[in-house]
Amino acid sequence: MTVISTTKDPESLTLTIVAEFDATPERVWSVWEDPRKLERWWGPPTYPATFTRHDFVVGGESRYFMTGPAGNRSNGWWQMKVIDKPNRIEFANGFAGDDGEPMPDMPPATGFATFVATGDGTRMTAMTQFLDLAQMEMMIGMGMAEGMAQAIGQIDVLLTSASV
Amino acid sequence: MVVDMNLSDTDVDRIFQALSDRTRRDILERAIDREQSVSAMARQYDMSFAAVQKHVAVLERAALVTKERRGREQIVHANGPTIAKAIALLDQYEQLWIDRANQIAAVLAQSDEEEEGDHS
Repeated sequence: MTVISTTKDPESLTLTIVAEFDATPERVWSVWEDPRKLERWWGPPTYPATFTRHDFVVGGESRYFMTGPAGNRSNGWWQMKVIDKPNRIEFANGFAGDDGEPMPDMPPATGFATFVATGDGTRMTAMTQFLDLAQMEMMIGMGMAEGMAQAIGQIDVLLTSASV
Repeated sequence: MVVDMNLSDTDVDRIFQALSDRTRRDILERAIDREQSVSAMARQYDMSFAAVQKHVAVLERAALVTKERRGREQIVHANGPTIAKAIALLDQYEQLWIDRANQIAAVLAQSDEEEEGDHS
């Protein structure tokens, strides 16, 4: 069982996931540090990610894009805030424009991950902190199929009519 | 976030299902009016506490209400559209991270083999 628990907090707009892997913290760390490994898991199964830049040092930035089933692209970026190998990372994760560069008027979400050795593996706790609903919708929509994005949009309409 | 997600299990379906029942719509209206306990709600219907609690649970799964334990009482309050939407979005994001964790496990298993291959 890889995923141990997930915690969603709609008040603070955070998601926390705890997962355990049958590998040392150093090896789990490598799937974040090595861009060729990172791009094998960062994108959803049908939206593989490609990292064109991954400067894994404090202050260093990354650029990536995810390619959808119809060849459509979503662009994103990271900036590393904390790197404490192999224990902890903290990074900004933002939405990028068509040119692949950060959108200046769109503040990033913050990602946190910690890695703790357990008896025979590593416990990884990853948390994402969003700033507001609009940002969360935009970020989550990055790898979302059109139909699903529309379904989410429908919720607005439903809730508005339900509360009348 | 996940493209091949089963649509029958979406949040929209849960909301439709929750609102398809007259009693549940009534419970939701009462909760919107003011927060109240499950037992206070049960007194207003000709049905058991357990039955009312089941209806509340359906509304809760659709993120339309939140249940909170206060002493011996369970208080039901209506979620504004903002909270309901936050929950729906976090559900999508949760699925993305579950997929990510499983993909990490696969990458680790594969790099295991590659490293073993290097040694042989």
